[in-house]
Amino acid sequence: MTQFDRTELTLFAALPVLVLLSVLLPSWIVNYIQVSLGTGMVALGVMIQMRAGLVSFGQGLYFCIGGYAAGLAGKYFGITDLFALLGLGVVVALVTSVALGFLLRRYREIFYAMLSLAVSMILYGLLSSTEELGSTDGFNLPVPTYLFFAPEGETARLTLFAITATIVILSAVVLNRLLRSSLGLVNEAIRENELRVEYLGTSAHMAVHMTYVVAAVVSSMGGVLWALALGHVDPEMTNWTTSGSFVFIVILAGTGSIIAPLIGTFLLEILRVYAVELSPNTWQMILGSVMLLTIIFLPKGLWSLVQKTSPRKRFDPDTGDAVAKGV
Amino acid sequence: MTVILETRKLKRTFGAVIAAHDINIKISSGEVLGVIGSNGAGKTTFVNMVTGYLPPSSGEILYRGENIVGLPTREITQKGICRSFQIPQLFPELSVLDNVLIALSVADNPRPALFKTAVNPALEKRALALLDRFSIAQHAHREVGVLAQGIRKLVDIAMATVAEPELLFLDEPTSGVSADEKMAFMATLISALKATETAVLFIEHDMEIIETFSPRVVAFYEGTILADGRTEQVLTNDKVREFVIGSEFHRTEATAEEEA
Repeated sequence: MTQFDRTELTLFAALPVLVLLSVLLPSWIVNYIQVSLGTGMVALGVMIQMRAGLVSFGQGLYFCIGGYAAGLAGKYFGITDLFALLGLGVVVALVTSVALGFLLRRYREIFYAMLSLAVSMILYGLLSSTEELGSTDGFNLPVPTYLFFAPEGETARLTLFAITATIVILSAVVLNRLLRSSLGLVNEAIRENELRVEYLGTSAHMAVHMTYVVAAVVSSMGGVLWALALGHVDPEMTNWTTSGSFVFIVILAGTGSIIAPLIGTFLLEILRVYAVELSPNTWQMILGSVMLLTIIFLPKGLWSLVQKTSPRKRFDPDTGDAVAKGV
Repeated sequence: MTVILETRKLKRTFGAVIAAHDINIKISSGEVLGVIGSNGAGKTTFVNMVTGYLPPSSGEILYRGENIVGLPTREITQKGICRSFQIPQLFPELSVLDNVLIALSVADNPRPALFKTAVNPALEKRALALLDRFSIAQHAHREVGVLAQGIRKLVDIAMATVAEPELLFLDEPTSGVSADEKMAFMATLISALKATETAVLFIEHDMEIIETFSPRVVAFYEGTILADGRTEQVLTNDKVREFVIGSEFHRTEATAEEEA
């Protein structure tokens, strides 16, 4: 029987709350939440790699691949169905990441970070210099439809939000399963001691490859949803500053739970808004200070504040029910 | 007893340095075998070659008749040859229980499953039973990195046994364990391993431990085998006394009494 742990139950409970908030809150906040949900998916991709000790400084690559796959399908083939666009983004990211994974799985630490960055910047250069792909300006996306449903106006906005929230929550639940799976355990082990992992009888390279592909798929989904929410894509999606912000989010939020990067993404969006308002020319300094303080005082991120109050036990000794997430 | 491992003319060089050469060893199922030799004698190089960490420069390693030279470490582990390390190779920021859970999970699923929950009450029960067998269950929820060397050694060895290997290499299991605790440590270890049919090869510098726990000894010297046979024969061999254990070594009273 499938058992849902506390994280998954929290995620399921958050879905109706999110949908309700989209009706109740002012539209500017709803927009920020929606954008955060898209980029939050990419942060999740960065986070699952970080659990294996791998920092991807190029996750914008798959964020961009998702967005551009959806955008180009809309622009050149007139496809507007969200699920078709999502599927297309996933397929392109899947094929790319399976191929690139054979290279990246051999590297660790700074080499992994720099190689992932290099690949993302190749795409950045390619997109910026290709007129047919919109060059540096990018291009607009069509308003999405949903199978045979084509809402307009306020209904369209609310529908996109609800669908986005549902996809993000379901993806987070699936990724939480990944953290609790044997791949999740092996990733924790790789971060700590790769030699021992091999001596236990499994392939660290294969685990890294699988994680890289899952992270790419999730990030591309985030790219599609983000692009549809904004109605526009441009090469900035794969620029190093964008990739860096995903790493920033995970460092800020921590890797203790799948929920952390989702909250962290929203916090960063809000922080950025207020930092710009407070100090339009030096807002990056505020962000940098927050990063510095987080690293000094909460090296395991904001989520470590929540984790301090959580039980270490995974199972209730009497019933055997799951009470907390995996290792 | 069936011979499960046989090495033939095994050789390993590092540039001009010959770390091991002409290593011919046969190990039978269920036997306990001690390996002695000074630092640099080729003991760990031998273990590294058999477990796939170092490819031999030449020679054959036959495991149940199959040449396993060139296989990666993980495949050799899956075939039933496991090892522990002189410096315990653990996951230091995780608890003892988590370390063993990971080892058990990998033993059950060598190919990682993507979304199937790995840790369940049954697996946790198995992990705790294993820790109990090695008398370290009381440390289950402590972080490995902060534990004493002796406990970490036992965790390291416990993890090497989760796949129920047919052949287990223990690289200096008592190094870092205090002199007073060595005997008790080895007694715990050997008693935990007796519950299985595992053949055990352990590298050791303490001759009292060799005498007490190992019926057969292989002595290494300058990369080759100086002597291989029953413990009392090898330890009284003139060359072994001169080049490996030193002439000042005196056999323990317990052994002397036993022989008398």
